[in-house]
Amino acid sequence: MTVFEPILFMMLAPLAGGAFLWRFGREWSPERIAGIGLGIAGLVLLTGASLSVGALRDGAAFLTGSSVPWITTLNVRFGVTVDGLSLVMIWLTVLLIPAALLTASETGDRTHRFVALILFLEAGLIGVFVSPSFFQWFLFWELCLIPAYFLVRFSGSASANRAARQFLLYTLAGSVGLLLSFMALFAAVGTFDFIELAQTEDLMSRVAEGLGWETVSTGTLGLILFALAFLGVAVKVPLYPFHTWLPDTYAEAPASVSMLLTGLMSKMGFYALLRIVLPIFTDQIVQLAVWLLGLAVVSVVASALAALAQTDLRRVFAYSSINHLGHCFLGVFAVMTAGKAGLTASVNEAVTAFDGIGLQMFNHGVIAGLLFFLTGRLENRTGGERDLRSFGGLRCFVPRFATTMTIALFASLGLPGLSAFMGEFLIFKGSFFFVGWAPALAVLGLLLTAVIALEIVRRVFAGPPNQRWQDLPDLSRKEYCVVVPALLLLFLGGIWPQWLLEFINGASLDLISLLSVAP
Amino acid sequence: MDSLSDYLLLSALLFSLGLCVTLVRRHAILVLIGIELMLNAANLNFIAFWRFGPNPEALDGLLFVLFSLAVAAAEAAVGLALILAVYRRYSVTDVENIDELKG
Amino acid sequence: MAVEWLWLIPALPLLAAGVLTLLPTTAGRAASFVATGSMFLSFVFSGLAWLTTLDQGEFSRTTFDFVWFKTGTAALKIGWVLDPLTAVMLLTVSLVGSLIFLFSVGYLAREERRVTFFAHLSFFAAAMLGLVIANNLLLLFVCWELVGLASWLLIGFWFRKPEAAAAARKAFVVTHIGDMGFFVGMIWLASVAGTLQFFDAGAGCLEETVVHSLGAATILGGLALSTVITLLVLWGAMGKSGQVPLHVWLPDAMEGPTPVSALIHAAAMVAAGVYLLARLFPLLDAVPDSGSLVAVTWVGSLTAFFAALVALGQTDLKRILAWSTISQLGYMMLGLGTGGPAVAMFHLVTHAFFKALLFLGAGSVIQACGHEQDIRRLGGLRRRMPFTFGVYAIGMLALAGFPFLSGFWSKEAIFHSAQVWEVSRIPFVLAVAGALLTAVYMTRQMVYVFFGEHRNSSFQKSFSERAVVTAVPLAALACGAITLGFLGTQAFPLFQEYLEGETAVLAWGDLIGWGSLGLIALSTLLSVGGMALAWGIYRPSQFDPARQQDPLNRWFPRIFRWLENQFFLDEWYRQTVVRGTCLAGRGAEVLDRLIWGPVVRLCAALVQTVAWCSRLADEQLVNRGFDRVCRAVRQGAAWCSERQNGRVQTYIKYVGASLALVVWVLILIDRS
Repeated sequence: MTVFEPILFMMLAPLAGGAFLWRFGREWSPERIAGIGLGIAGLVLLTGASLSVGALRDGAAFLTGSSVPWITTLNVRFGVTVDGLSLVMIWLTVLLIPAALLTASETGDRTHRFVALILFLEAGLIGVFVSPSFFQWFLFWELCLIPAYFLVRFSGSASANRAARQFLLYTLAGSVGLLLSFMALFAAVGTFDFIELAQTEDLMSRVAEGLGWETVSTGTLGLILFALAFLGVAVKVPLYPFHTWLPDTYAEAPASVSMLLTGLMSKMGFYALLRIVLPIFTDQIVQLAVWLLGLAVVSVVASALAALAQTDLRRVFAYSSINHLGHCFLGVFAVMTAGKAGLTASVNEAVTAFDGIGLQMFNHGVIAGLLFFLTGRLENRTGGERDLRSFGGLRCFVPRFATTMTIALFASLGLPGLSAFMGEFLIFKGSFFFVGWAPALAVLGLLLTAVIALEIVRRVFAGPPNQRWQDLPDLSRKEYCVVVPALLLLFLGGIWPQWLLEFINGASLDLISLLSVAP
Repeated sequence: MDSLSDYLLLSALLFSLGLCVTLVRRHAILVLIGIELMLNAANLNFIAFWRFGPNPEALDGLLFVLFSLAVAAAEAAVGLALILAVYRRYSVTDVENIDELKG
Repeated sequence: MAVEWLWLIPALPLLAAGVLTLLPTTAGRAASFVATGSMFLSFVFSGLAWLTTLDQGEFSRTTFDFVWFKTGTAALKIGWVLDPLTAVMLLTVSLVGSLIFLFSVGYLAREERRVTFFAHLSFFAAAMLGLVIANNLLLLFVCWELVGLASWLLIGFWFRKPEAAAAARKAFVVTHIGDMGFFVGMIWLASVAGTLQFFDAGAGCLEETVVHSLGAATILGGLALSTVITLLVLWGAMGKSGQVPLHVWLPDAMEGPTPVSALIHAAAMVAAGVYLLARLFPLLDAVPDSGSLVAVTWVGSLTAFFAALVALGQTDLKRILAWSTISQLGYMMLGLGTGGPAVAMFHLVTHAFFKALLFLGAGSVIQACGHEQDIRRLGGLRRRMPFTFGVYAIGMLALAGFPFLSGFWSKEAIFHSAQVWEVSRIPFVLAVAGALLTAVYMTRQMVYVFFGEHRNSSFQKSFSERAVVTAVPLAALACGAITLGFLGTQAFPLFQEYLEGETAVLAWGDLIGWGSLGLIALSTLLSVGGMALAWGIYRPSQFDPARQQDPLNRWFPRIFRWLENQFFLDEWYRQTVVRGTCLAGRGAEVLDRLIWGPVVRLCAALVQTVAWCSRLADEQLVNRGFDRVCRAVRQGAAWCSERQNGRVQTYIKYVGASLALVVWVLILIDRS
């Protein structure tokens, strides 16, 4: 059995389940709906786990995908390719979705819509991480966006609607750039497949020929197409200064939705950068690498500074997410400053940085997901309160909650022994080899994140107990189901990062070799 | 009455007269009279060209006129019949009042 | 004990910490037992490890490595090293640690969160011991950060107190500022040396090949690469060891329970900075006249003097000791910069003992006097707490450098190396001045607390200073404070030779030579003289704290105010660094709100304008134009239709006119 059938199941089952719940779910009780949703997500999780077993047993042989013809006139095939990085991302997806569904029953009589939308989102996400060609990939990319829009505006308030609209339109604008860019490529080369495009010689001159644009030079054409494609990624992840949609969206969406947005959808964007934009537009990235690197450093530091000024817990974590993902950008662009020759000469350092990026993607997904989950549970207990200044001494009332959140906060600041440190260390180590100033400046971001994390712990959990919250309940059994695995992953990632590196390393090596020989 | 142009002048005069009568006079029969005048002016024109033309022996001018007279007679008959019919229906002879076929 | 088993030493406290987190809060006694027991076991193993290093007659260094994870085709190894430096630190930390644990059993007997306390303390011990045995800079960094975490947990132990929570945050943030320098230095080292292992059969970054290449490579301004990297690491050490300007967290850290101050901020964590530099000494010394050693010396000497000055103006019992620690750490740095790791480590060891002794003694005093920490409200405890007075006096004398106690010999070594430093004499002068001040402020503190009238109303008669858990540690530490010095005298420098791997030779000649004797005389003069001076100013017959202000305050009020407020450094930081960061944060947020956000909205507005124009064009031009054309056509048609007025004469007129027109046009055409 190849990887095709399980992945296909993982894509279709949530779609079918979601559609079923949407149509028939109105009469059922919220708990039942949530239970069904969890069941479907659980099935997907088990399938994902079986994939891992297969991957561990057979290695690469299991993971290479297959495809079937789909729309032959456009040379479009429907296929599935999975490598180490995709597998890790799939794990992240199948772990975070059930966590989001656990508290779905609280949305009341619209639970069936909520659960259905999350299941649609899951299908889209799985599709994005396994698609080998643009047509299919873009289909799933947009498939993620639509449920996300409805989920963000789920609460129905005017500010939520506004935030959702900005989110949708801004992200769509980016996607349009991607689409235009790839349509140009398709018009010239005639294929949507990513690997084929990456290996095409003289891609840009062929595009110029194919489109008949003689007046524009090949270099400029390449830059324009790259800019269009990069816009889609830059808005999604996001990269400063295309990030302004994020704080509002994360603040207005329901907590479990923010969890998925930060944990998965931003990774989706970065995955696109690694898989699609980087191999195809390698030359353009090498050309612009220093500028993009500067932008990444600005992203890291400015978002950390902005996070410092926030008083709404959600917004702090929103800006913090931008900061952590900035590290990933830092890693990529620092390595690419070396150019193709540099990549071939220092493969190990480049792979170190990319390994770090892969680790950071997974670990940040878990940590940020956990933080938003806990924020959501706090809001749930306190009736929507999430201003930093209105708490105090909560550790007396909810000690286990406090401990969990403190551990998550220390993880996010990169404390060694917890998972995020490994990712950040590898990124910084790898990037420093190629460019010195960028990681040195980005260290400021690490420092600021530490200040932020400690401030949150001090204001929310330490200090004189605020008697307003004396009846807060501690972690419930449902919450333990999310918290315990998350903490386990945090510690596991920090003490034995090899469990992830096993998979990511291979993928990084392949990516580097693809980049260094790509014409 | 020696040259062609005199006759042509006369016929033109007659024609214009007839045209004026047709266009200006309001009684239906007078319009018909005007038409008759115009026809006859045309006939005169034919005769003049025949008489002063290259071939006076051939009877083509005369024949034209004979046909024309016949047609004029027929046309006068039809016209009078129409006027009678209209008068029977509308009790009107003034052409300005016969205007129902309009847009 | 072979080096492979070295991991047991930190593992035992770690295991204890793990066990303790699972215990219920009522199991206080069991918790104390488990924690203290594990520390004592660690001490035993440390002793075994130390014995292993003595096995060979010469310098022994063994390592044990294993792969942690692989990236690319390379594998990152970590491991432990067992050499004299390790052994010394292990013994110090575990012994002093065990004694402090024992003391805490009694000190915190009534604390309701005892279990958590011991769990955190054990975790700290584990991280510290792990730091010491690390053979890899990354592993050291990991343990370094974990030590910082433990410090945060322990300083903020009484988290309900806002000051404690704030102090914990300050400690972590300030040390983290230092850690960032350490981090950059570490990754720099990784990228140029290719390895972070210290000793790796010749390929390690502290071994000949790498050190030589790092010393040879120069970057901007002609600085050797090794110098730059070690300067960055120095910044980290300055944070952890409380050197100026990263010292501001240490005095505030006294918010934590006193055993915490003793262990973390006297014996262990702050010593980690010195240990780090001692460990990386080959890199620091890679080039002759190394810039980093110069920097270390200057930082150390300035800190030593500055902190001693400030200590003179303090009135909180523990804060005086905190400033004293900062000062003594400066001495250690000075020793390291001028004389090498042996000198610094010697002082580190002696300092660990007498400072821990002082802190624990202070703890006894505080607890006995109802948690009173202001020395102006203490006094006369000489008779009420004689045992404590006795051991405290020993500690104080050792710290002040009273002849033949441990502090005397270790400071002696530092003076000796500072005096012959080629670069400048100023550090020596600062050190000497600092030593004088040390004697003065310590005597001042002693007089305030133990002599004079008893000014404290809440003295607990029930407090027993004879309890085993209290007395044994104090006595043991006092013994150490007296005897340890003899390991490092000029005549018989056993300690130094052990660290550097030569055999020690008893050489009285070294002691009696002019230079040494002169220094001994100077030190004695300084310490005894300082004590006498302070006694002269503060003795009970001259000065009654209950009724008068501090003499220094009376004579030099403005200077005293500066001393009391630590030269307003905290306020300066608050106004510049903290305020600056907050402003920057707000600036970034404003940038988002007023620039990037509006830019996006501008784009959206542009698009909306285009859309609006398009709609306008569509509605007005296209739609209405079409309508107008239709209407025009219809109107035209209506007009045309009206021409058909049913009158024959009109029609004939039309025919006539048209005919005339046609004829005229034909004539025109014919003419042309």
